[in-house]
Amino acid sequence: MIAGRAPAVGEEVAIASNADVVRVRQVVRSAAIAARLSLVDQTKLVTAASELARNTLVHGGGGKAQVETLVQERRSGVRVAFSDQGPGIPDPETALTDGWTSGNGLGLGLGGARRLVDEFDLLTEVGKGTKVVVTKWAR
Amino acid sequence: MTTRVPILKVGHILLVSIQVDLDDQAVMALQEDLSERIVATGARGVIIDITAVEFVDSFIGRMLSTIAGISRMLDAETVVVGMQPAVAITLVELGLTLDGIRTALDLEKGMRLLSAAGTDPASGKRAEA
Amino acid sequence: MTHPPTFADPEIAGLLRENKQRLLDDWSREVALCLRGSLEPEEIREDLAELLQAMIAAMDEGADETTTGELRALLEELSRRRARQDFRPSETATSVFAIKDVVRALLGPAPAYETLERFFGFSRFVDELALITYDSYVNAREQVIIDQAEQLLELSTPVVKLWEGVVAVPLVGTLDSARTQVVMEKMLQTLVETGSEYAVIDITGVSAVDTQVAQHLIKTVAAARLMGAECVISGIRPQIAHTIVTLGIEFSDIVTKASLADALAYALRRSGVEIVRLPEETQ
Ligand SMILES: Nc1ncnc2c1ncn2[C@@H]1O[C@H](COP(=O)(O)OP(=O)(O)OP(=O)(O)O)[C@@H](O)[C@H]1O
Ligand SMILES: [Mg+2]
Repeated sequence: MIAGRAPAVGEEVAIASNADVVRVRQVVRSAAIAARLSLVDQTKLVTAASELARNTLVHGGGGKAQVETLVQERRSGVRVAFSDQGPGIPDPETALTDGWTSGNGLGLGLGGARRLVDEFDLLTEVGKGTKVVVTKWAR
Repeated sequence: MTTRVPILKVGHILLVSIQVDLDDQAVMALQEDLSERIVATGARGVIIDITAVEFVDSFIGRMLSTIAGISRMLDAETVVVGMQPAVAITLVELGLTLDGIRTALDLEKGMRLLSAAGTDPASGKRAEA
Repeated sequence: MTHPPTFADPEIAGLLRENKQRLLDDWSREVALCLRGSLEPEEIREDLAELLQAMIAAMDEGADETTTGELRALLEELSRRRARQDFRPSETATSVFAIKDVVRALLGPAPAYETLERFFGFSRFVDELALITYDSYVNAREQVIIDQAEQLLELSTPVVKLWEGVVAVPLVGTLDSARTQVVMEKMLQTLVETGSEYAVIDITGVSAVDTQVAQHLIKTVAAARLMGAECVISGIRPQIAHTIVTLGIEFSDIVTKASLADALAYALRRSGVEIVRLPEETQ
């Protein structure tokens, strides 16, 4: 077979400690560079990932991040999926509002992360867990 | 084992330069260390150099605001210097304004800002307004 | 997307290998004809020799992903080059098609049925190769256009140093969201590179702004502030002021000045520079 487009390359990072959040940032940064995101877009994605990884750790009681480099015919990008088996979010719309926090955070993490990426999906079920999938494309 | 960011004392100014990606615990440790040093040294100004920092999220942002707030109560001024454009653009999009924090393009301009504010870096005496 | 062409026929591969010189002669002549002498014959021959080699390897015994991958890469490279040299896509594809006639001629006037069957297989293979060149040609042209558009953008929006510590961005024409974003990023970068604490964004030459553009301007002012610099927006025309107010955009804590000159005077005063007119006798 003639080598087609490179398939998505994935890497999984377990999130169980503060150090893992740092690792998520590093893996996302490398993926963003590989997908040829601009410096500003790299920074936006890494910052969003940092917020979401921290939420996974702090609110979700730990979980994992799956980082994928997407290379398509006409564009490339990075997709990161954060998932946990924590308490879930009872009212996702409210949780996405700036300034709303159940603890003593600034409540900017979820809403801010959504603004920093191109695609944002939040799946959550009370008692089951939460999954947030974000994608950023190279401009 | 937490990374501890070194705090330098230059005249009556405390100088911190963040060079690595800090985890949340290290960020909290820096906040505590700085507060203690401000009290212990009677410093009049704090400069946090983030030239090498590649992102600022809400956690680091909150640490910067807290340090600024604490120093103000202890009669010291905080200046954050060297924020990169990509970091600043991202921070604005994230929704953090870092109210109450003074900023400067680089270390030298940060120093000048402190001395103009009446904190003579050499003597620590405050110019009477 | 084109399917990965696979065509294993060691016999045809052998035929091509044995008649390599003659094939290359004929093929190069055909291609030179359809490119109307705009490429040197030696250059054409070199390209085709490489291509032929790769085709043989891809059809031969022991052909695998590596050999087909190499063939594909070679074709892509070739069409990218042709695209940059301003050849038409049809001219590029025809260079590949031309090998069919040349190979057909090799088979003699009345080939056996079985040989013809083989040739048809080969012909389909060549079609697929030509499609690859077509695809990569189009992609390459698109890239050329994107690059040119970017260059134009860079050229049309200079960030100039007005004074030690003061830079200006004179914006002209219609501002769209993408352009505003590019210019603003460039301006922030210039602030760092030149150590300038003041930036004047002059929009005297701007005919209209929409919500997104206004938001970009506001965000830039906020980002500059976080970096330790101050932005002044000058030359807001009445209609634009009207738009901003009607859109309900909060412009209140942004410093605005009527003209670029006023903005410069403001920035200089703030940075401690005083401009005085000398008394007449000293002039
Ligand atoms: N993975 C998760 N599992 C359960 N609840 C979550 C999760 N992520 C977010 N939440 C809920 O959504 C709220 C808002 O999250 P957000 O990140 O915006 O703010 P925060 O984490 O409280 O503060 P910060 O600004 O420091 O991030 C959280 O307070 C929490 O209640
Ligand atoms: Mg959070």
